[in-house]
Amino acid sequence: MLRQIGVPVLALLVFCLAWEALVQVNGWPNYVMASPSDLPAAYARFWDLFLLGAWQTLWRTVAGLVLAVIGGMILGMIMGFSRVANDALYPLLVGFNAIPKATLVPVLALLFIGQHDFNTVLMAFLISFFPIAVSVGIGLSTLEPEYRDILRALGASRMAIFRKIALPKTLPEFFGALKVAVTLAFIGTNLVEIVSPHGKGLGALFLSGQTNSNYPLMFAVLIALAVLGILLYYGVVWLERIFAGWAVRPAG
Amino acid sequence: MPDLIEITDVRHAYKTPAGPLPVLDGLTLSVPEGAFAAVVGPSGCGKSTLTRLVAGLMRPDAGEVRLHGSPVTSPRSTVGMAFQNPVLLEWRSILDNVILPLEIVAPRMPRRDRVARAMELLDLVGLAGFENKRPSELSGGMRQRASLCRAIVHRPEVLILDEPFGALDNFTREDLWQTMRDLRRQEPFTAILITHDLRESVFLGDQVVVLSGRPARTQYVLDVDLPADREIDILYQPKAGEMLHLLRDQIRIAQGRGPAQEAA
Ligand SMILES: Nc1ncnc2c1ncn2[C@@H]1O[C@H](COP(=O)(O)OP(=O)(O)O)[C@@H](O)[C@H]1O
Ligand SMILES: [Mg+2]
Repeated sequence: MLRQIGVPVLALLVFCLAWEALVQVNGWPNYVMASPSDLPAAYARFWDLFLLGAWQTLWRTVAGLVLAVIGGMILGMIMGFSRVANDALYPLLVGFNAIPKATLVPVLALLFIGQHDFNTVLMAFLISFFPIAVSVGIGLSTLEPEYRDILRALGASRMAIFRKIALPKTLPEFFGALKVAVTLAFIGTNLVEIVSPHGKGLGALFLSGQTNSNYPLMFAVLIALAVLGILLYYGVVWLERIFAGWAVRPAG
Repeated sequence: MPDLIEITDVRHAYKTPAGPLPVLDGLTLSVPEGAFAAVVGPSGCGKSTLTRLVAGLMRPDAGEVRLHGSPVTSPRSTVGMAFQNPVLLEWRSILDNVILPLEIVAPRMPRRDRVARAMELLDLVGLAGFENKRPSELSGGMRQRASLCRAIVHRPEVLILDEPFGALDNFTREDLWQTMRDLRRQEPFTAILITHDLRESVFLGDQVVVLSGRPARTQYVLDVDLPADREIDILYQPKAGEMLHLLRDQIRIAQGRGPAQEAA
């Protein structure tokens, strides 16, 4: 326990000290690079905005991710159970995934003018469903026939086989993909927040820092984003422990 | 009165990119209620295909598979299966793995009764005390024991075993033969055991069916005329030796090599 918490905290302290030292030694002014000692003031001054922005960024990321889980699972199930669907959908998905998502921001903005929350959630979804769909699809299509047969030989329904065998068996791959997806969804949310005018969330706070040349604020937002990203990621790790803990081999 | 399992002149071919691959052609096999049929044959001759037909997972192109006189057209809950790979579910304890078929076959059975039934079997195969372990914590032999318990937990009429001891080392395998024999005393199933081990077929079987090479037909049926309660020792007695010899020659013929004397 001490090691699990102590080591990362220590690493963080070392990192901040090194950063502070770097800025001091080089004598960089704030507009080149803020130092950690500038940050508390920024947080104190804009605390309410930080809370609001963090909440907005958080809920929209999570909403997009939840949609990605639902959509990705459905797509993955279709691809996993049907060869034809797999052959048809796979190139489409790969192509879609290859599109740099930044190019979609103006497209979405035009399609759904002014619906900022909707756009943001949609982007988080679009950017993050791909790994989930692929992992669920591969997990289901590579299920050894014998696993299916132990229940099928008893006359079990497809649904029962899916629920009792296929789904739990793909959970480790699913959570592997979810760890990638959560980071992507977060990037998607921030992308829209930073690029859109009059946006919301931490991204918008970053933008206003830029507009007002408030460099410590910009750095403070970056740090807050990192913290939020870490929280989201470990949230997924926590869920993984609960639902797919069996896949983790006991150490030693 | 028909035999419990009646397989009559079954033919089956797989569709492959290179055209149909005939796998079974004229396979006939009949197992009386409570009996244990061991099926041996060259590798790839269609033994697993046979098990899938009996389980109702596939339907034959021609011929018939009947259980209790009625044709098998789809899977039924009165069948239990075990394979060479124990296919235990990693996320379930051994106990919950064994209970799995009951969740499908007897959804209303109270958990207490399911546990009692599973524990009875786990005890019988020597896994009492391991019920809360995960499959990965058990040895290969123990996993296969759990897999056998799962195959019979719902008291199937027909037990289909597709080389369940094939991947085990010799001593573990002999232990499991004895476990299988003990299970037979307690549980009233009729069994088809696929194996590539002739000693196994003689130790466990009431009859040994030799299949020809692909496409498989019934080449030879041996009635194992040994006492029902066998010990491993029996395999070293002359009578068993003769049977093994005879089966060995039949396998050679199935492989298209002719009896031993001619091959030498
Ligand atoms: N689903 C399938 N499609 C095409 N060919 C198959 C299929 N399953 C098995 N075969 C082929 O049929 C033959 C018999 O297979 P199988 O019944 O598994 O043999 P055995 O269990 O005796 O080794 C083998 O040559 C195998 O390659
Ligand atoms: Mg086989």
